[in-house]
Amino acid sequence: MSNWIRVAPLSEFPQLGARVVRHEGKEIAVFRNAGEDVFAINDKCPHKGGPLSQGIVSGNTVTCPLHGMNICFEDGMAQAPDEGCVGTYPVKVEEGVVFLQI
Amino acid sequence: MKKIKLVMVGNGMAGVRTIEELLKLAPDMYDITVFGAEPHGNYNRIMLSPVLSGEQTIKDIMLNDVDWYQQNGITLHLNKKINRIDRKNRVVYAEDGTFAEYDRLILATGSNPFILPVPGKDLDGVIGFRDIHDVDAMIDASHKHKHAVVIGGGLLGLEAANGLLLRGMDVTVIHIAEWLMERQLDRTAARLLQKSLEEKGLKFLLQKETELIAGKDGKVSAVRFKDGSEIPADLVVMAVGIRPNTALAESAGIHCNRGIVVNDTMQTYDPRIYAIGECVSHRGIAYGLVAPLFEMAKVCANHLAEMGIGRYVGSVTSTKLKVTGVDLFSAGNFSGGANTEDIVLSDPVGGVYKKLVIQDNKLVGACLYGDTVDGAWYFQLLREGRNVSDIRDHLMFGQNHLGDGGHAGQNKAAAMTDEMEVCGCNGVCKGDIVKAIKEKGLFTLDDVKKHTKAASSCGSCSGLVEQILSSTLGGDYSATPAVKPICGCTERTHDEVRAAIRDHKLLSIPDTMKFLEWRTPDGCATCRPALNYYLISTWPGEAKDDAQSRFVNERVHANIQKDGTYSVVPRMWGGKTTAADLRRIADVADKYAVPMIRVTGGQRIDLFGIKKEDLPGVWADLDMPSGHAYGKALRTVKTCIGSEFCRFGTQNSTQMGIDLEKAFWKMWAPHKVKFAVSGCPRNCAEAAIKDVGIIGVDSGWEIYVGGNGGIKTEVAEFLVKVKTAEEVLEYSGAFIQVYREEARYLDRTVHWIQRVGMDYVKKRVLEDEAGRKALYQRLLHALSVEKDPWKERATEGVAKHEFEILSV
Ligand SMILES: Cc1cc2nc3c(=O)[nH]c(=O)nc-3n(C[C@H](O)[C@H](O)[C@H](O)COP(=O)(O)OP(=O)(O)OC[C@H]3O[C@@H](n4cnc5c(N)ncnc54)[C@H](O)[C@@H]3O)c2cc1C
Ligand code: HEM
Ligand code: SF4
Ligand code: FES
Repeated sequence: MSNWIRVAPLSEFPQLGARVVRHEGKEIAVFRNAGEDVFAINDKCPHKGGPLSQGIVSGNTVTCPLHGMNICFEDGMAQAPDEGCVGTYPVKVEEGVVFLQI
Repeated sequence: MKKIKLVMVGNGMAGVRTIEELLKLAPDMYDITVFGAEPHGNYNRIMLSPVLSGEQTIKDIMLNDVDWYQQNGITLHLNKKINRIDRKNRVVYAEDGTFAEYDRLILATGSNPFILPVPGKDLDGVIGFRDIHDVDAMIDASHKHKHAVVIGGGLLGLEAANGLLLRGMDVTVIHIAEWLMERQLDRTAARLLQKSLEEKGLKFLLQKETELIAGKDGKVSAVRFKDGSEIPADLVVMAVGIRPNTALAESAGIHCNRGIVVNDTMQTYDPRIYAIGECVSHRGIAYGLVAPLFEMAKVCANHLAEMGIGRYVGSVTSTKLKVTGVDLFSAGNFSGGANTEDIVLSDPVGGVYKKLVIQDNKLVGACLYGDTVDGAWYFQLLREGRNVSDIRDHLMFGQNHLGDGGHAGQNKAAAMTDEMEVCGCNGVCKGDIVKAIKEKGLFTLDDVKKHTKAASSCGSCSGLVEQILSSTLGGDYSATPAVKPICGCTERTHDEVRAAIRDHKLLSIPDTMKFLEWRTPDGCATCRPALNYYLISTWPGEAKDDAQSRFVNERVHANIQKDGTYSVVPRMWGGKTTAADLRRIADVADKYAVPMIRVTGGQRIDLFGIKKEDLPGVWADLDMPSGHAYGKALRTVKTCIGSEFCRFGTQNSTQMGIDLEKAFWKMWAPHKVKFAVSGCPRNCAEAAIKDVGIIGVDSGWEIYVGGNGGIKTEVAEFLVKVKTAEEVLEYSGAFIQVYREEARYLDRTVHWIQRVGMDYVKKRVLEDEAGRKALYQRLLHALSVEKDPWKERATEGVAKHEFEILSV
């Protein structure tokens, strides 16, 4: 449970973008903001399950591609006035490599 | 840094809105103190009418409760009326001695009901209709007494009368003019209104002037008129007008003239002191409705935040009476004058009356009774000052008489029950919207879109939502200026951004944001795609096309579906295909187990349910170019068979379509662009509802532009007739290039043409030959730098990371 899993070098994550990580059939969206910070949340929008990894990223939020809900990927919370949240996962970058704890 | 001290006097709707706007712009700049004479937080004063009638409670109408002030670090003094401003030492004092120092002061003292100076005006039982206190007094009186008299047959008086009636009182409305609401309605509409209110049980005495209010034991007992008649009264509500509350400002020596005089940045003659709301006089006008006050609030906050790019230049207002079951709308100069023309529709039996007033080909006033569905549209035309000569013949019949889908043909919000669906896209019912407006304190169409999702997809129900808003709130609050900023990240409009990119040769999104002082570090999902389009369309080949600023479909070059899979539509030039292509499509469908294949309305084949990671493989195996079915780009060129086979055909429409598609494919645009070519006027390719529609005739080709088959069907307008296929390419290319260079992002061609006018389009494309050729060359240049996105991704490894899932 507490094991950090190596994902990929940070350089393979686009700035203001995301990549999908599959683990035991489950899809996790790993986001990178405009800088070097990465965040991981379930790749499933609380509204109707849209793939959040495919949304447009600004600041630390992503806009769901299906109906435009804004989700903060720091804490998984939908931004007002929408309501809802998605699960988050611990992530870290060490020596330029992204690790994820599932 | 030490915070600047901001004090506000008056805790009402305009003032608190200013603070809210300020907190959005500069959350940490000021140390804020608010004084309010009333013992409540900020409540929605306009909802006092439904509270009086029993449709809502005080709790429902609170906009900012006491906790809100605390959460935002605002010091709030309730029940404290300020009676002195020491401008020299910059201190305000309340009646009980409480004081506060200020660096900046906002006066937002609202207005007072005007009380007729007649004998008996101070008797117990004579009140105005302004605040919670007045409403409580009226409700209390309704429990104990029978006879209510409302003096004043304007908006406020009628709402008070209606409320008291519903509370069980016997209500008479006294009005001095010949008809009700003479400032909002003409005689005919007012008569209809009076009739329907009489049916509800209200009584009216028109052209009556009050002489005195008689009393017994210090309490009101009757109202007497100048003609000697008299009626019994246990409660008298004065609703004859309001007076800006300027007493405090005047006592401090601030210049007032029927309101505290302010400039376009809402400052008084003492520039440290701002004034806002009903208490001000701006360019000689004092407003009494919320919509203009909210615009003032935005400007004032902008100035306080030291952004200095907001100016208030006045507002046009519209009104709605908030009496359930009565549908009435008026705006502008509805009574007309010497140089105006009226268009009138009158159906007294059906209870519908509409009057539009036109001056110099512009709509200057509207007065609607019974059917107000087009109120918002008329109001928009009026504010924009748009030339209506080209739509004059159907203006009266409203905006929605042409193909308008999605809400079962409903167009009268008032006639809808709470369970009826307003927004067919998102399944939102009328009741949901009304509830959200009331409970969440919403004022604009945008607010409703955000909170309920109604009107946020296709938008065809916007008119209905606006009606619901105005019948719930009593006015049109979408009074946003005709020029809107792109989004909340900036004050700049689309046109300003475009001009800056062009004039200063900005080549990337970060540079543009920096140059134009964007408020957010990397924008949002609204502005970034727009900026990206403006950059690549202005500087093709030079500006960087930023994939992360494109909506997913344009980033991965396929259409996302609701389950997260994608659809793939290969290009079939002009709808023509071959056995080899069809065979390859069939093989791909087998290989990738494509769950559904269908023929699109754009004459090509759509493969559904493709997984993202399979996209590059699918494209490689298809070996056909991208159909751009996913983009704000040239989609298809739809064709009919034409002269090659058809017995009616006059021109080879299929070949013309293929030529156009091969010339213009890969073209990004402000929105999707569709072409069609028919070989004769029978028009089997439906060219009349395309952005560019070409119809072959014996002597050449007719070009039509600005058609749209969408939410609202729009028929394309004739642009020009040309002789040769080369001319078709040049003229239609030049047309589409003006659109690419000048329309706002997400404008379809029809919306853009409606704004700039067909005359302008003709000037650019027809009259200026050198200009046309230059436009066409610029289009060809822009297209020359674009590649087939599928090929790049299928065979050259472009954007590989997009399509790879990381398995761990
Ligand atoms: C019953 C009713 C129905 C209405 N219906 C509509 C409608 O349908 N549509 C519409 O657009 N508008 C409507 N209006 C008008 C709308 O409510 C006003 O335009 C708006 O509230 C004005 O905002 P304001 O901030 O300028 O003033 P207010 O909201 O009146 O706020 C001023 C506040 O300042 C306080 N104050 C005054 N002097 C001092 C002082 N010296 N010290 C401390 N505090 C002070 C007052 O007590 C008050 O609380 C209606 C008004 C009423 C009364
Ligand atoms: C705002 C309203 C509209 C929206 C949001 C919309 C959306 C879409 C979408 C998402 C697709 C792609 C389907 C896919 O391949 O996955 C599509 C295709 C298509 N739409 Fe629409 N559409 C709208 C209005 C219209 C109208 C009014 C018409 C015709 C009059 C139309 C005609 C077509 C055609 C012909 C295609 C197939 C296009 C092609 O072959 O490239 N659409 N539309
Ligand atoms: S539009 Fe005319 S030429 Fe084309 S298929 Fe129809 S009838 Fe034939
Ligand atoms: S699924 Fe994300 S907004 Fe609807």
